Amino acid sequence: MRHIISILLENEAGALSRVAGLFSARGFNIESLTVAPTEDPSLSRMTLVTSGSEDVIEQIMKQLNKLIDTVKLVDLSEGPHIERELMLIKVRAEKGTRDEMKRLADIFRAHIVDVTDASYIVEMTGDGDKLDAFIGIVGPDHIIEVVRSGPLAIARGSRGLTV
Amino acid sequence: MQYQYFARFRYSPLIIHFPGFFAAIPGHAEVPVVELTGAEIVVQALKDEGVEYVFGYPGGAVLHIYDAIFREDAIKHILVRHEQGATHAADGYARATGRPGVVLVTSGPGATNAVTGIATAHMDSIPLVVLTGQVPTPVIGSDAFQEVDTVGITRPCVKHNFLVKRREELAETIRKAFYIATTGRPGPVVVDIPKDVTDPNVKIPYEHVKKVTMRSYNPVEKGHPGQVRKAVELMLAAERPMIYTGGGVVLGDASDELTELVRLSGFPVTNTLMGLGAYPASDRQFLGMLGMHGTYEANMAMHECDVLIAIGARFDDRVTGKVAHFCPNAKIVHVDIDPSSISKNVKVDVPIVGPVKRVMHDMVNVLREQKSAINKEALGRWWERIEGWRRVDCLRYDRNSERIKPQFAVETLYKVTRDQDFYLTSDVGQHQMFAAQFYKFEKPRRWINSGGLGTMGFGLPSAMGVQLAHPEATVACVSGEASILMCIQELATCKQYHLPIKVVLLNNGYMGMVRQWQEFFYGGRYSHSYLDSLPDFVGLAQSFGHVGMRIEKPADLEGAMREAFGMKDRLVFMDVVVDPSENVYPMIEAGKGHHEMYLPPQLSTESELA
Repeated sequence: MRHIISILLENEAGALSRVAGLFSARGFNIESLTVAPTEDPSLSRMTLVTSGSEDVIEQIMKQLNKLIDTVKLVDLSEGPHIERELMLIKVRAEKGTRDEMKRLADIFRAHIVDVTDASYIVEMTGDGDKLDAFIGIVGPDHIIEVVRSGPLAIARGSRGLTV
Repeated sequence: MQYQYFARFRYSPLIIHFPGFFAAIPGHAEVPVVELTGAEIVVQALKDEGVEYVFGYPGGAVLHIYDAIFREDAIKHILVRHEQGATHAADGYARATGRPGVVLVTSGPGATNAVTGIATAHMDSIPLVVLTGQVPTPVIGSDAFQEVDTVGITRPCVKHNFLVKRREELAETIRKAFYIATTGRPGPVVVDIPKDVTDPNVKIPYEHVKKVTMRSYNPVEKGHPGQVRKAVELMLAAERPMIYTGGGVVLGDASDELTELVRLSGFPVTNTLMGLGAYPASDRQFLGMLGMHGTYEANMAMHECDVLIAIGARFDDRVTGKVAHFCPNAKIVHVDIDPSSISKNVKVDVPIVGPVKRVMHDMVNVLREQKSAINKEALGRWWERIEGWRRVDCLRYDRNSERIKPQFAVETLYKVTRDQDFYLTSDVGQHQMFAAQFYKFEKPRRWINSGGLGTMGFGLPSAMGVQLAHPEATVACVSGEASILMCIQELATCKQYHLPIKVVLLNNGYMGMVRQWQEFFYGGRYSHSYLDSLPDFVGLAQSFGHVGMRIEKPADLEGAMREAFGMKDRLVFMDVVVDPSENVYPMIEAGKGHHEMYLPPQLSTESELA
């Protein structure tokens, strides 16, 4: 099953490689991983998507927690949460397809952030399925380049993952 | 940093002579702040940690530190002959004392040579602080001479590691390294120190950091009381209980608590290879070691038990055999300080995260308070079955052999040294198993071997650390002719520091354990396991300035050992020529269950025994 894990890490050099190294050393899956400092510059927040049986996820949580740089972590999949991913997609927008591309972007509530006479860059956020759907509908013939951030997630409600 | 008073650094002892001067400053206590270079901070920080010995080998990147050591006599530096020896020696020191072992090596090859020893300590959860030199910060990443990414290389085999980029961080980092290494589940910590950080021309204020708190690292201090009660309830309900304990009881100094728990409950107990000595081996309630080369009674009791109390053990594959066949009918309680050890290999019913010492103390208290008692009647029947298994005498061997049997050699060693303040280190292989099976360890920290990583070459250098820690004690290293050659260079260190270690070499002319597997599982095709160009070990020992002996007949062994152990101030290398065809029994083949043991050939088959 897919799990989305949020980790508060000391913002130290090498902290990211400790997490990445742990996954490769123990043969755990890693689907995506995003990390950036938080409002407290001494802390980084990492969002990690992985999959495995309940036993494997339990080990992943324990092993992550065992890392000295890990301050706190939570498996967001255990409760209601909001998940968002950012995509920048460069599409062909030539005579004949320009209007259609614009309309599609509007339907998906995306923004066009760069325009040339042959292309658009579309900026779009949503969960992974929505981004996949857009990619699907544009189709490989019209896609020049895709870049995705990997999911970010946060638990619903007033409680937060803080120190 | 408002008030800083820089007194000139005075070399050993470090005393500031102007207390009045400091007292005169308003609002400031009489604690003078001294100014030290990075190299001096390293040495002073080690002193402040109470470090007695540093095991090391100099090189370019650590020369500033070595210069500071030269001017400081409070810390004794032990010059090894290979960095692997330094880590193993520090490891032996740590295992024998419970205090962290300290290592100092240079960058590049110094660090990579130390890696085997670091990984050895990591697998067995031994507290080490390993200081490695690094190339100066401005050239890190430029493939400079003797540069290697030490933090990257050691990351998977340390508890934690640090790269110190600024000398201002040096003191606190070293404090943190000791704190992390010695608390919670212990382990090695590497501190990588670039050469410019120890620059002798730059001084900064130094203060001993007494207490360190880390928001990301808070080891547990006690087990959950509700879980402890649940465990005790299981113990009371048990009809066929079994206590299985590992290295955690030794590391956690919980031998007394274990002994109390075992005696109070009347339950049988078995130790893992790492846990030997945690419970007195000569006691009737002790069933011997379990696992791949464990006793018949210990493994059968594991297989048949209905409640298993696992304490400070990690369900290693050499212990469990095939997990699907592991304790098939048992409810399992697992006490461990490391939550990630729990339910990693074997699902348990009652997990208790906490220091084993505290948890067992609590278990004993709860057990005493209970109104209901242990089921003595069922326990009596259980002991009858166990005694039946014990009567199989699974460690039997041919005592009338004309050749020295390795088992006989260990038994003789036990006979000769049992009344002494004795420590035994081991290398890895058949001799290690024979020692674990036949030497009766009555106290913890007396049996020192590489269990998790299985590092050949561990025995001799670790014995150096043990002997330095306990100069009055008798220290022996049991080894094989293959293992000993992996760190033979340390005989020179032993000579330099007058370490009167006794090497008991069980020389069968083979890599015995490899040969045994090839005999059992590879049709007797002894591929590269025969060492047909062995040195003359007597001459070898003598060339290093030690005493060498060669013993070939069983009748000569005891006398020779008594003579060797009588030489209190000399290292004696006993080349004991043993039967090359002897195998370690019982044996559970990898991937088999506890009930599927090979027993010695002279014993009847298992089915006939039942």
